[in-house]
Amino acid sequence: MTAPPFDGVTAILVLPAATAAVLAFLPAYRVSAAVNVVSSLATFALAASFFLFKPASGLYFLVDDLNIVFVVLNAFVAFTASVFSASYIAHELATGRLTPTHLRFYHAMYQALLFAMNLALVANNIGLMWVAIEMATLTTVAMVGVYRTPEAIEAAWKYFILGSVGIALALFGTILVYMAARPVLGEGLDGMVWTKLMARVSEFEPALLNLAFVFLMLGYGTKVGLAPLHAWLPDAHAEGPTPISAVLSGLLLNVALYAVLRFKLLLDANAQAIAPGPLMATLGVVSLIFAAFMLYQRRDIKRLFAFSSIEHMGVIVFAFGIGGPLANFAGLLHMTMHSLTKSAIFFTVGHIAQAKGTQSIADIRGLTVSHPALGWSLVLGVFAIAGLPPMGVFTSEFLIISSTFAREPRLAVLLAFGLILAFGALVLRLQGMAFGEPSPGDRRSTASSLPIAAHLGLVLAAGLYLPPPLVAWFQHVAAMLR
Amino acid sequence: MTGLSFDVSHLLAGALVLFSFVLLYQNRLYALLNVFALQAVVLSLSVAWQAYVQGAAHLYVTAAIAFGFKAVVIPLALHRIIARLGIHRDVENVVGVGPTMLAGLALVALSVVVMLRVASEADALAREDLAFALSVVLLGMLMMVVRRNAVSMVVGFMSLENGLILAAAGAKGMPLVVEISVAFSVLVALTIIGVFLFRIAERFDTVDAHALDQFQGERQ
Repeated sequence: MTAPPFDGVTAILVLPAATAAVLAFLPAYRVSAAVNVVSSLATFALAASFFLFKPASGLYFLVDDLNIVFVVLNAFVAFTASVFSASYIAHELATGRLTPTHLRFYHAMYQALLFAMNLALVANNIGLMWVAIEMATLTTVAMVGVYRTPEAIEAAWKYFILGSVGIALALFGTILVYMAARPVLGEGLDGMVWTKLMARVSEFEPALLNLAFVFLMLGYGTKVGLAPLHAWLPDAHAEGPTPISAVLSGLLLNVALYAVLRFKLLLDANAQAIAPGPLMATLGVVSLIFAAFMLYQRRDIKRLFAFSSIEHMGVIVFAFGIGGPLANFAGLLHMTMHSLTKSAIFFTVGHIAQAKGTQSIADIRGLTVSHPALGWSLVLGVFAIAGLPPMGVFTSEFLIISSTFAREPRLAVLLAFGLILAFGALVLRLQGMAFGEPSPGDRRSTASSLPIAAHLGLVLAAGLYLPPPLVAWFQHVAAMLR
Repeated sequence: MTGLSFDVSHLLAGALVLFSFVLLYQNRLYALLNVFALQAVVLSLSVAWQAYVQGAAHLYVTAAIAFGFKAVVIPLALHRIIARLGIHRDVENVVGVGPTMLAGLALVALSVVVMLRVASEADALAREDLAFALSVVLLGMLMMVVRRNAVSMVVGFMSLENGLILAAAGAKGMPLVVEISVAFSVLVALTIIGVFLFRIAERFDTVDAHALDQFQGERQ
């Protein structure tokens, strides 16, 4: 292996880790917010450079066409969320919900989370990936509990219990994969390296692989937020700081999904093992319909969108479960669109909750009158996430339904039912919040609308026109996923 | 593998399952911690034995971590917390001891049936080790389900984790075992000891996780 001109993989890992260490000792919160933004931007630039200079893969790290998509999307949303976070925390300090000490901890954890997610995405080793996802869980548990209200502690506790049981199941699955690989690849590191596993998986014992996949699907599925393992997700989203809700929905769920996809690839490559598709499609459609019904009962605005994340993760997992070039393409597109849209919505919701001083849907009325910029961003965001044309989510949902219709017409009916149900709930809730007499509490919001505009603009642009290189790239990845 | 080393591994793995059962019916927090510490000692012996049999030096590190951290540091720390909070009263089980033990038996039977059938190609030791490990994992989960007290939930989680370390040590030549056990220890240490128990106590004057369930999102 010749040394590459510059090692991007090491860079995207070292940079957040080093920044986290610096931020842990930086007392001035304005400076650390700025450092956070600059470092996230640099990480994004490094990640984007993977398209130009693809780093070489080794025993520990792997950059292939599949994870580049995840890494770049992750770095982009992490960057915009850090911009949002900078304007968000100033308000939290002013109202005394957070102290400077908490903020120092918060910023350090933010970068530590980026490090863990990047590590999970570029790991070429199932053990390393597991350690990274565990680390990501740990940092988010700490951040969810940062407000120290009873609700926040309950949320963090629930997240800790469910998250760590999920992580434990995933580890058992990982050990089983190693056991299956050992007779073929021999003892030692080789039995955990993705590229080597993929090359020889057809010779593995199928029964062990099947059992391993069940554990992995349940374990990482907990982190994806699939029903019935989703109980931590709404609490964690609602009670933590809003930038973390955006990062959880937009990024961490994707990282767990990436792990599931990798193991799906592994099982697909072994002809005797069970097909992982139906299991994923079932969990996906159950999550979708369950979350769609739950949307109607929400009274907390962040919980509303947390359930909407469960719904969309269900749709994405369903699409990958159906498989085939078109559904995989649609799944990837939907994942990208969901990350962008949902984080934009959480940015908006964060500012709304600050301006109105409440997260209760009933107390938020007439936003388009009192805060036109925020109100209309919310309207646009909800239209996008509900799948109205011409937004990008419409394109991907349409593709998923039509590809399902071609393969399994009855499933397409279920899917369409769930989507329409969710659409109804979101529009119903939106109406009260966005229009009518404004409710009291019109503090000026110090919102930076740049991240919101950037995300929604991208989603709109993707709905109108997908550039051919992007389509070609996604098609290529979709073909890889089978 | 000689007969003796096979038997010793079996004995230790079986002892782990046994201690998982003992944990299930403890109704005093101090007793619970003592049994957990014993289980951790057995785990470290079992891992050390694997290290000796496989000639894998790095497993001694895992054994040392299991002993130092789980058998000494965590039980001592939890002891102090319990003493300081004055909560050494009875543990509240959601389900009675009888049904819990029956469920535990069923789980062990399930894991034995599943693992022996699935791993029929693997060598006997690895296969039976996995069956024991899965039993410990499932019993740990059962304990987390039937207990309401935050301390005993944490103990349940750690005993679940003991099963995972047993499985990882039994998988011959598995890399990263040390890193994984460190990662787990950090998870438990930081989250539980450092942050949550103190904050739960501060907020609710109790470590009963039931007090944590009253919010449930919107049902306030």
